[in-house]
Amino acid sequence: MSVTWWGVIGTSVIAFALKYLGHSIPEKFLTQPKVQKVNALIPVALLSALVAVQTFADKSRLLLDHRSGGVGVAVIALLLRAPFPMVVISSALTSAFLYHFI
Amino acid sequence: MPVVSDTTNSTLRDSFSVSLTVGTYGIAFGAASVASGFSVLQSCLLSLLTFSGASQFAVIGVIGAGGSALSGIATASLLGFRNGLYGVRMAPILKVKGIKRLLAAHITIDESTGVALMQEPRGENAIRLGFWATGWGVFLFWNIFTLAGALGAQAMGNPAAWGLDAAVPAAFLGLVWPRLDSPRTRILSVSAIACAIAFTPYLPAGLPIIATTFLALAFGLTQK
Repeated sequence: MSVTWWGVIGTSVIAFALKYLGHSIPEKFLTQPKVQKVNALIPVALLSALVAVQTFADKSRLLLDHRSGGVGVAVIALLLRAPFPMVVISSALTSAFLYHFI
Repeated sequence: MPVVSDTTNSTLRDSFSVSLTVGTYGIAFGAASVASGFSVLQSCLLSLLTFSGASQFAVIGVIGAGGSALSGIATASLLGFRNGLYGVRMAPILKVKGIKRLLAAHITIDESTGVALMQEPRGENAIRLGFWATGWGVFLFWNIFTLAGALGAQAMGNPAAWGLDAAVPAAFLGLVWPRLDSPRTRILSVSAIACAIAFTPYLPAGLPIIATTFLALAFGLTQK
């Protein structure tokens, strides 16, 4: 079997196992207040980190490019309390503009 | 009661915006996957079965760059680990068993969890609706656009030309924004961004994101 097929099957099996495991951890474990607090904060940390990586990183390289401009405009839109689709569209338009003209 | 239907509509609108935006990025995945040496069938299977964007990009990226199957799977799985954490967060709210739990697990990703938790002020029913609607919405669009991207890989230009590579982090930012409602969460968010950027040059892709789990742990455990 080829490398790509191993990649497809291995990734899919482990991805599902991780998802299902999360859903199956006993609830008793989750009723502890400390665990609840950490759980509430995990999306904040991971989503913030994702934004940073998808904005400034290309694999292991850091760079300022058209994406930084696009996400910068998203921040401004959010500060101005723009609705969600507006945030995303203004960011895409800015990024595409910068990509073509800079 | 009009309030209820307003709430439902707002939740469904959130779900739809996210589903379409993120789903569209499937074009980029399909195209990148074919360009990395995966077949159209393999690209579609990754979107159907792995169904986790970051993990999918990781495995095609690593293998496409000449990495082994094992390193591709390992990188993808490190990125998939956070879906498990999302499951831990969602399970007590969803309260599902059997086949429904299998289905819920499959659609436990950034977007379904993000939209669901964003519905917290609207109550538990809205959280559940946000989770299922966003999960299957993204699943639908993500798979359709993966096929389109894979088939059009030759014809389609660079997704960056369409601003899609900035739209995705902008969407994540829009998701995390409402949760930054206290000094603690704001400091955590800024710390996570700083941590992810600081580690990016030194750790394999994916690990700088996982590393911020420890920040959430530290912030949560020191909270009174």
